[in-house]
Amino acid sequence: MRKIFVLEDLDCVNCANKMENAIKKIEGVEFASVSFITQRLTLEADEKKFDEIIKKVVKTCKHIEPDCKVIL
Amino acid sequence: MKEKSLTRKEKRNLIRIIVALTLFIIIFTLDKIFVLGNILTGNFSWLLPFCLYLLVYIIIGYDIIFRATRNIFHGKIFDENFLMVFATLGAFALAITKGVMGQEIEGFDEACAVLIFYQVGEFFQSYATNKSRKSISKLMDIRPDYANLKVGENIDKVDPSIIKIGDIIVINPGEKIPLDGIVIKGTTTLDTKALTGESFPKEVKDGDEILSGCVNIQSQIEVKVTKIFYDSTVNKILELVENAASQKSKAENFITKFAKYYTPIVVSVAVLLAIVPSLITSNWFTWIYRALSFLVVSCPCALVISIPLSFFAGIGTSSKNGILIKGSNYLEKLNSANIYIFDKTGTLTKGNFTVTKVFPKENGEEILKLASIAENASSHPIAKCILNYYNKPIPSGYTLTNIGGKGVIASNSHETIYCGNAELMQENKIEYPHQDGTGTVVYVAKNDTFIGYILISDQIKDETKDVISKLNSYGCKTIMLTGDNKNVAEKVAKGIGISDYKASLLPQDKVDEIENIMNTKQQKDIVCFVGDGINDAPSLMRSDIGIAMGNVGSDAAIEAADIVLMKDDLNGIILAKKIAKKTLKIVKQNIVFSIAIKIAILALSAVGITNMWFAVFGDVGVAVLAILNAMRVNKIKKTKS
Repeated sequence: MRKIFVLEDLDCVNCANKMENAIKKIEGVEFASVSFITQRLTLEADEKKFDEIIKKVVKTCKHIEPDCKVIL
Repeated sequence: MKEKSLTRKEKRNLIRIIVALTLFIIIFTLDKIFVLGNILTGNFSWLLPFCLYLLVYIIIGYDIIFRATRNIFHGKIFDENFLMVFATLGAFALAITKGVMGQEIEGFDEACAVLIFYQVGEFFQSYATNKSRKSISKLMDIRPDYANLKVGENIDKVDPSIIKIGDIIVINPGEKIPLDGIVIKGTTTLDTKALTGESFPKEVKDGDEILSGCVNIQSQIEVKVTKIFYDSTVNKILELVENAASQKSKAENFITKFAKYYTPIVVSVAVLLAIVPSLITSNWFTWIYRALSFLVVSCPCALVISIPLSFFAGIGTSSKNGILIKGSNYLEKLNSANIYIFDKTGTLTKGNFTVTKVFPKENGEEILKLASIAENASSHPIAKCILNYYNKPIPSGYTLTNIGGKGVIASNSHETIYCGNAELMQENKIEYPHQDGTGTVVYVAKNDTFIGYILISDQIKDETKDVISKLNSYGCKTIMLTGDNKNVAEKVAKGIGISDYKASLLPQDKVDEIENIMNTKQQKDIVCFVGDGINDAPSLMRSDIGIAMGNVGSDAAIEAADIVLMKDDLNGIILAKKIAKKTLKIVKQNIVFSIAIKIAILALSAVGITNMWFAVFGDVGVAVLAILNAMRVNKIKKTKS
């Protein structure tokens, strides 16, 4: 399943790249891309575990850039 | 400028920068005139300038200090905020130590200036990205907010996403068309600018198919919906643009990788620089100061941002011109694409067959009449084309015999008409002058005597020759795929100047042909397939870059293609190529220029030729220049077509 999320207050490109790398490492994530310019996270992950994966994604983002919020 | 050009956050930051800068200039001037460090005496002489500068420091840097502190607790020492605070506080500490030791007091101003410049850079980055974000969101304006659903005699304003296929919607003048459908009542003019990039008014009437995303400009129409919102053109386009940023280019990946190693390397060198030479020369002040200057340049952000910003500007500029590009990687590939494969019908040609020649001319009327009699009952496209062209009452009373694959024989009591290809003539032993025109030749004979022939062909698009010759002049290879026989294909190819052709291909052979080209190409070659999007999804997908053109309504084309030309105009390829070229040129300039300046600053700081002032000024300066350079992508000249 592929879904696009809005990232609010994503203020730094480097953080966006770090987030992308970290999200890619989460189990079950097939594709992830964080675009600083569009402030979007494109996530492709296992449909059955999607909710669980989303939770991990939010946690990872929070860890890397505490100011940034994933709008679900 | 009445328009709100700054966000609230940006406004707050701008005010903060102005306040801090003004205060800084006042304190700095006072310091230079009165030497604040000399007002108090003794070991605490540093206290007065320290307090004044600290005030500026806190105003300009409170958020950075906050974030830096928070990040230390997360164990992130390679964080830009932390490094900035570390560098500037380090400068403060050096100044205080010097003060305590009774040396000349300097360095407070520097620490403040570093943070002020840093914030200026951040502000500029945020402004530039927001601005380019806005340019794309203007494109997003095509998203319809509502649809007027007609239920019985009532009209309800509803969310387009709840409308089902077969529902009737009403579109008033000035409104966006929310879903794809067929006009069932009324005639009007549509503005297709949002879809094609050109304000070209399009007339529509009952029975015409219309695409969502256009704007109704004239009068009210009723439309029967043929696609739900999710499948509608407008949604497909929006999805495509939103997704575009997720397909990253090689240049972006390179810079991301560079950034990943850059900071740790700079920090490590800074640590070495602070310790090793100091141990040898025991000149700790100098070397720690140089190491701190290093840290000021340790953030790669400015460099990292200018690259995606350039690509984004490229994609945005393309969209504005009706060219949708699915990702920066395709922009990158398009720049170096050197093999262009064109599907002939509908791509190089208009795709509509017409009578282009009747021979001999003086018998034209008679030839067409005879042919029309013979083809009267046929539904073959060639027959329809002749009938349309003749467009006069046709005598009846003939017996029509269809000779499969050859033509038709029409006869009545006193004459027999033969109408068909060369084989039909040969079979009936009619002498005829053989023709090798580009297209289909229909021979007409009456009572065993040849009367004349009709040439039916697909018309080459007006711009085809020009576009092909431009591609050739760029050193690209152009190949045409066609179902025509070799003779015809060769003539067409020569006529439009295409360098190679593959003839007599059945539709399914085209993918194999592309497969073949893909397998035999050299590694550096990039193959681009251009098709009209009808039945060529596999070819669009198999090639390195699939370009679909002129068929915005075709879902398969939008999904399978990497680049979609909304307008049925080959010049779009040239324009897209120009945009790609400019984007990549700017990206290269930015990478080389930014990295070179950064290395130069680092080197000069290490040997002590420059100070912290220069380091931060250079770093922010290069960021601003790179961003301004990236914005230049927007200013591409549109060639007149």
